[in-house]
Amino acid sequence: MANTVATTHPEVAHHAHDEHVVLPQHRHHFETEEQQREAGSFGMWLFLLTEIMFFGGLFFAYLLYRNWYYPAFAVASNQLNVPEGAINTAVLISSGFCMALGVWAAEVKKKGFLVLMLVLTTFFGLVFLGIKADEYHEKYEKHHIPGASFSTAMFTHPADFGIKEEPIAPDMAEHTQLFFFLYFAMTGMHAFHMVLGIGILFWLTWRAHKGEFSEGYVAPIENFGLYWHFVDIVWLFLFPLLYLINRHPLH
Amino acid sequence: MAEHIKHHDASNVVNPEHAEHHIVSPLEYTFVFAFLLLFTGITVGAAYVDLGWANPVIALGIASLKAVVVILFFMHVKYQSKLIKMTVGAGFFTFFVLIMMTMADYISRAWGTW
Repeated sequence: MANTVATTHPEVAHHAHDEHVVLPQHRHHFETEEQQREAGSFGMWLFLLTEIMFFGGLFFAYLLYRNWYYPAFAVASNQLNVPEGAINTAVLISSGFCMALGVWAAEVKKKGFLVLMLVLTTFFGLVFLGIKADEYHEKYEKHHIPGASFSTAMFTHPADFGIKEEPIAPDMAEHTQLFFFLYFAMTGMHAFHMVLGIGILFWLTWRAHKGEFSEGYVAPIENFGLYWHFVDIVWLFLFPLLYLINRHPLH
Repeated sequence: MAEHIKHHDASNVVNPEHAEHHIVSPLEYTFVFAFLLLFTGITVGAAYVDLGWANPVIALGIASLKAVVVILFFMHVKYQSKLIKMTVGAGFFTFFVLIMMTMADYISRAWGTW
């Protein structure tokens, strides 16, 4: 009986309802592929919003302390390495560009290109971390890591180090530790996100190599792309806030 | 793509916005990439010119512009459904409210006097 109805009304068999059997990754509780895709993006964005709130707390702490201890934040910020920070920004943007091309490659089912783009995304991510490590090492050499070996000498006696800054009072100079604490907390948390991301990238590259994302199943690549671009955006704000905006302190 | 459109439900139930899946082209990504690199250069250059109060304003303005471009194109928000657009907008708005409320609290106390 049911079969008779189906055969006399062939268009019924081609309704959206039957579409979920087309692709193996399409879950039965979603009506259509678009619905499943949108639900995935929606969930990923909710996660990213919690990340915005998380980093937002750090950004707010920076904003507040910069206003409270402005002279200390200005001189401490000027000890950051702008060329390395600028190069790292370009490296991270390149990584994001490769990730975006990777999403495109998955959409148009180009397996080889997808794998190549994921490898390049990972490569630029690792270059970023390498340059970051070099910057951290520079802070170690300058005794700019907060704690027992921290030295305020560069800020109380800048002329001794060949730095063209006005010296600041010893009590204010102590507050440069707050700047460097926030610097390490913010860039460290950002770097930690990148380390996690690179770990996931290895896994995704392996799966892409096996051909899992070149048959129409794009969601893992697309949602990881959202995460990776989010991490980029955090750096797009960290770079000017930490490195750039104190080059010409207001007098 | 044609497959998706062909199977759209006529009764308009499962995809009320007809959110057709859009694939952003590599050319578009390349423009965005060039834009981001260009403005990174501008923001670094601007930091070395003494513009007084305008220095941080320009730096943060450029950062915000770059972030919006990344969100719209790299993160595809421009081509998403209204649900996603509203979610992203609501998230940033909530973040803005939280910052402003906290700031209002600090600024109305003894700012910088201890």
